[in-house]
Amino acid sequence: MASIGPNELFFLMQGLKWTLALTLVGFIGGGLFGLIVALTRTAQNDLVRRTTTGYIAVFQGTPLLMQLFVVYYGVALMGFNVDAWVAVAIAFTLHASAFLGEIWRGGIQAVPKGQTEAAKALGLHYVSMMKDVILPQAFKISLPATIGFLVQLIKGTSLAAIVGFVELSRAGQIVSNQTFRPLTVFALVGVIYFLICWPLSLWGARVERRLSTASR
Amino acid sequence: MPQSAAAQVPLIALEGVGKWYGAYHALKNINLTVKKGEKIVLCGPSGSGKSTLIRCINHLEETQEGNITVEGTTLSDSSRSIDAVRREVGMVFQSFNLFPHKTIMENCTLAPMRVKGVSKAEAEATARKYLERVRILDQADKYPAQLSGGQQQRAAIARALCMEPKAMLFDEPTSALDPEMVKEVLDTMIGLARDGMTMICVTHEMGFARQVADRVVFMASGEIIEEGPPETFFSNPQHQRTRTFLGEILAHH
Ligand SMILES: Nc1ncnc2c1ncn2[C@@H]1O[C@H](COP(=O)(O)OP(=O)(O)O)[C@@H](O)[C@H]1O
Ligand SMILES: [Mg+2]
Repeated sequence: MASIGPNELFFLMQGLKWTLALTLVGFIGGGLFGLIVALTRTAQNDLVRRTTTGYIAVFQGTPLLMQLFVVYYGVALMGFNVDAWVAVAIAFTLHASAFLGEIWRGGIQAVPKGQTEAAKALGLHYVSMMKDVILPQAFKISLPATIGFLVQLIKGTSLAAIVGFVELSRAGQIVSNQTFRPLTVFALVGVIYFLICWPLSLWGARVERRLSTASR
Repeated sequence: MPQSAAAQVPLIALEGVGKWYGAYHALKNINLTVKKGEKIVLCGPSGSGKSTLIRCINHLEETQEGNITVEGTTLSDSSRSIDAVRREVGMVFQSFNLFPHKTIMENCTLAPMRVKGVSKAEAEATARKYLERVRILDQADKYPAQLSGGQQQRAAIARALCMEPKAMLFDEPTSALDPEMVKEVLDTMIGLARDGMTMICVTHEMGFARQVADRVVFMASGEIIEEGPPETFFSNPQHQRTRTFLGEILAHH
């Protein structure tokens, strides 16, 4: 049996780099589109609202793995020769935007109605009302759930392995196959995930406690 | 009340206004004109439509019948007419509705900067003027939650004044306050009235009504039942419903 040396650790760290990069792409892309989703879900227009509701139903109601497959092979079928990166970025963006959009919609709707009324009475238009008054409060309310989703997303990036990404989980699998030490390797991989996700979860719990005492 | 020719022009006019919430008829054939500089106190039992009436004036609620005209602009669904009306009319709410994530100063400067496009320096100078006037300039850098209820309501009044409106709508501005804070807010409103602001106040503070109102308007079940100057309204109410209401109010105060 080969031992786990600096080379293996370096390989795992390369995988971790991809895990973080995928998370970042999913979170930023999902965040931008999620904002649009949240705003359209709270829009006055019926058609706009229903379209987004359907979008959310599809992406929350199907597994991320399937979404990855569909985008990865679907884009290829349409005749585009896209990089795996682009396909995965699209899939994670769509997936994350459905969840973040729904979380933030809840936040927007949890902001007391009096805030919208005060903004309107002062003559503020939609953009300023959202940007200056509603969204800052909505994001604060949504922060615990947003952090919770970020943790899910970090772990969810392991699914990108099926379209060829050697992220942390896949890197662990490869190292385990080479060294025949699956237990040690996956314990190590688990510890790495844990060290990233656990502080985030703690942070989320702390924010939530602070919000609930502030509202009392 | 000294009245010049300009004071005769109605600043706010409601003509045959009707409003439904679904099947519920909330306002029935409301006719009300308010001249420049006039102070109206609107009273009536809970659920009679007082809030609905004043919220229709700045289009926080839509009407289904009649016309509302403010300073020559008749409200329609067009955003142009709604913007024009909201520029002339400020509103103060029962629950203050200050923006909790912004300081008192930022609460006061946001709308002038975003709506009127004035510079930050100019908006802050205006804000200082009105915060001084409601006597909370020393609280300008605090957040709303750090202020007492009375201070918050005065800040909300200053925020509305910063848009330099021609008329102010008050929806039970002292109802959410502890009794010892009611006076400071009423005094602020009395000062505003003395300076000639056109005001429509929904309130059950009858002392305030006697002191500043030109007319007291009484509503019940979505209708204006009667209106008159405070002297005659309180001493000689014409309708049984008004007498019953006044009896209840006076028993509680
Ligand atoms: N958004 C709304 N939807 C449905 N009914 C409403 C709404 N707002 C007010 N109402 C109803 O309209 C009536 C008048 O309400 P309101 O104007 O708030 O009365 P007041 O301010 O005199 O207490 C009440 O019966 C109330 O239940
Ligand atoms: Mg009311």
